[in-house]
Amino acid sequence: MNRAAPALIASAIHKRFLIKETGKTVHAVTDISLEVQTGSLTALVGPDGAGKTTLLRMAAGLMKADEGTLQVLGIDVTADPQAVQDRISYMPQRFGLYDDLSVQENLDLYADLHGVTQAMRKERYARLLEMTHLARFTDRPAGKLSGGMKQKLGLACTLVRSPELLLLDEPTVGVDPLSRRELWEIVQQMIDDERLTVLVSTAYLDEAERCARVFVLHEGKMLAEGTPGDIRQRALNLCYVATPAADQPPRVLQARLLDDAGSIIDAVPQGGAVRFIRRHEVDQQRLDALLDGALVAAVEARLEDGFMVLLREQHDLEPLDTEVLETAHHPKVEAEGDTNEVIIEVRNLVRKFGDFTAVDNISFSVRRGEIFGLLGPNGAGKTTTFRMLCGLLPASSGFLEVAGFNLRHARAVARRNIGYVSQKFALYGDLSVTENLEFFGSAYGLYGNRLRERIGIVMRQFDLKGKEVSPSGQLPGGFKQRLAMAVALLHEPAVLFLDEPTSGTDPQRRREFWRRITALSEIGTTIIITTHFMEEAEYCDRIVIQDAGKLLALGTPGEVRAQAHGKDSPLDMEEAFISIVGQSRQNNGNGPLAKETRP
Amino acid sequence: MRVTKAISDNKEYNSFWSRLVSLTRKEIRQLLRERSNLAVGIGLPILMILIFGYGLSLDVKDAPIAVVLEDPSPMAADVVAGLELSAYISPIMMTSMHEAQRLMLAREVDGIVQIPSDFSRRLAAGNAQIQLLVHGSEASRATIVRNYINGALSQWALRQADRGTKGSAAAGTITVAERMWFNAANTSTWYLVPGLIVLIMTLVGAFLTAMVMAREWERGTLEALFVSPVRPTEILLAKIIPYFMIGMLGLGMCLLAARFLFEVPMYGSLLILLVSSMLYLLVALGIGLVISSVTKNQFLACQLALISSFMPAMMLSGFLFDLRNVPTVIRLVGHALPATYFMELIRTLFLAGNVWPLIFKNCAILTGYAVLLLGLARYVTRKKLD
Repeated sequence: MNRAAPALIASAIHKRFLIKETGKTVHAVTDISLEVQTGSLTALVGPDGAGKTTLLRMAAGLMKADEGTLQVLGIDVTADPQAVQDRISYMPQRFGLYDDLSVQENLDLYADLHGVTQAMRKERYARLLEMTHLARFTDRPAGKLSGGMKQKLGLACTLVRSPELLLLDEPTVGVDPLSRRELWEIVQQMIDDERLTVLVSTAYLDEAERCARVFVLHEGKMLAEGTPGDIRQRALNLCYVATPAADQPPRVLQARLLDDAGSIIDAVPQGGAVRFIRRHEVDQQRLDALLDGALVAAVEARLEDGFMVLLREQHDLEPLDTEVLETAHHPKVEAEGDTNEVIIEVRNLVRKFGDFTAVDNISFSVRRGEIFGLLGPNGAGKTTTFRMLCGLLPASSGFLEVAGFNLRHARAVARRNIGYVSQKFALYGDLSVTENLEFFGSAYGLYGNRLRERIGIVMRQFDLKGKEVSPSGQLPGGFKQRLAMAVALLHEPAVLFLDEPTSGTDPQRRREFWRRITALSEIGTTIIITTHFMEEAEYCDRIVIQDAGKLLALGTPGEVRAQAHGKDSPLDMEEAFISIVGQSRQNNGNGPLAKETRP
Repeated sequence: MRVTKAISDNKEYNSFWSRLVSLTRKEIRQLLRERSNLAVGIGLPILMILIFGYGLSLDVKDAPIAVVLEDPSPMAADVVAGLELSAYISPIMMTSMHEAQRLMLAREVDGIVQIPSDFSRRLAAGNAQIQLLVHGSEASRATIVRNYINGALSQWALRQADRGTKGSAAAGTITVAERMWFNAANTSTWYLVPGLIVLIMTLVGAFLTAMVMAREWERGTLEALFVSPVRPTEILLAKIIPYFMIGMLGLGMCLLAARFLFEVPMYGSLLILLVSSMLYLLVALGIGLVISSVTKNQFLACQLALISSFMPAMMLSGFLFDLRNVPTVIRLVGHALPATYFMELIRTLFLAGNVWPLIFKNCAILTGYAVLLLGLARYVTRKKLD
């Protein structure tokens, strides 16, 4: 029997965009050729700006390629986009659910548009609602669902009928691990049951691991393609786990390793140790000196390791500029007081919205210089807690003190000790980098020489030199985030709040980001951070896990992992998280039942 | 072969209708659930009817006028009596011009009518003069007061003519305001309420539709919708249908208010009024859809709709200012606006009757605009993101 023709064939595709503001042309996609085999799961991976979304939009007939040919289901999509759109399903990054319509009405709309018959609907709805755990919420307006539920409803809407090709654009961005796992279970089940052909773009490398074929994109070009095994192959025999001495936090070793770009390709904290990839041609003595007696064991390469090796091979990829981080080590900001000083004190904090309790009686404290992580599924009360800590939202009851000031009485003073970086870019896009710094500096009461001096320092600290006059809105994503952090630290706050700073960013940028964060904490800045990447919790000194407003776990990453599953079974943080949240939900008898953790 | 083609055509035809029904149902649900839509679509028209019907009136009632009577003759007294008869002016008799000027400066009177001491002598000679001074600080009020006084004087002159007296001297300077031809009671409500229909249709058609369509672009709801068998025409029709109904509801409210609240007479045909209103509503919807598809942004669409349709419909269509009295450039702009033709048509239908040449001409122009703008809307609304 012949193999079915590929569902998608792209040959030598080019796409250029003209940026109106600068008059420059950007090559979003350069000479990409790829094939998606029918009945398989194919992944597009790559950093921000790799061209993943553009490629998917062209496949969906929403954009035209400038050069090259693109065949979807045997149809030239440029010539007849409607014929393709009749047969495929597409889930954009931001799935546009209608907030005013209920779950059922959203589903009905898409079923009507795709011409799903009433008879087919009955069976399909039951199955989709069962898989998404939305059966109890069919009457609820989509706008009132949590982020994870919205995403699942979006997927359900694209799956109202079995499409001949399913395009998913970063379906799990900003979704907690629990919902993420559920989303993938739905996709997997559809592939198993209906031999669905899926092309998915993702920044999560562990998701690409389950795909039959992976295309690695970088700045619009194809870096590598193959099975996950092929990509893993590139990091073969280069991966190790180093366990530092008990009194040493792993992130210190991790930072040391990452800084030596000559010997080390990548290093991340993992389960109380450090996982690293060495270079092929590394000098053993130098490596030993770096490891400083830590216990080293070779481990198998993962897809992410292969990906990091690939990225580092790119000559134009800048390694972390350690010199910049050096400047952060001789700052004007000196650690004041000892590190045992409690800088944030929260006791019996409650926040109610009407009769809904978003934050239910939580207590914890944070010491100066700590990196403190808030973890929890979508809708767990993280954001509410976060906003109360920043003084953006008053508490219903309880005690809340930041840097010695009670947030209930002295909110304005307390706020002066806080730097806040929101999830979205909240600076003025049409002002230049310097103008933004000047404006926010003066808003915090800095002026004259002091303001100039502080601007100079943060510009060096966050490597913004050479971008002074660029309009902030047109900076690449990484620069924007650095600028936002620079602005938040202008007035030398004692505490820096970061709300999901790494959502939707690729591993490379996340490494850079965390390297900066660890450097900041070393000079005495306290960091409060929320994240959906559970492995990032390993960078934190201590974390809390919240769900349904309640505090479920509090402690060092090691303690939290131990709480989840005894001491013997080594869980990674994501498994620990799923286990803790699942357990709590099962006990309370609400929400979907806990899923079996992976073996 | 031909049979299968027919079947597939039929299938395509059926799915067109089921998609359209589904999209329209979605649109109506959203319309009913989003409170701000209802406020603009129904609340605002009611408010406008009340404001324009009761609050805003161009009428001046019992305007205080100083009458300086320097001629003691019975003829002059007769003129004053004529002024006193008018319901719109209340004359205050005085003997010295000095005193009248003081009242005028104190803004206690809106004007001065001076009947000079040689009035009756010159009337006999055929060149009598009466001085009329009007307080010009409020130009439109001044014009109205002047018209009232002129009217009162001309009526007196006519009575004199009836009596066979040579009294037409005063009438020589008098012109009768044209607008009074079809507004015998001179009630501005009669004039404003039909105009309101134009404003409300513009509001619902252009403004509200531009906003709801731009909202879809902005929230990204169209991206997923595009990658489905939906055709752009269906998306546009689904927007047009509910907002067309809201617009007709506004028309209904205006007609009821005109008939029962303000008792505006209607001389023309209701059917023609309905047909021409539908035409104009389609024009307004076309403007709204073009604006939203071009801007793809709620704020911008809202501003643009306001500036390009609502404001001109209010200021330049002849709603408040007669286009014949404005500078040529503005008149040309006014005549480029579809609102102007609808305004002219609807006022004629209300206050004058079925003037067929005007009906044919303006309906043809409105149809042209509707076809042009809806065609343009279809052209700019494409399933494209780049």
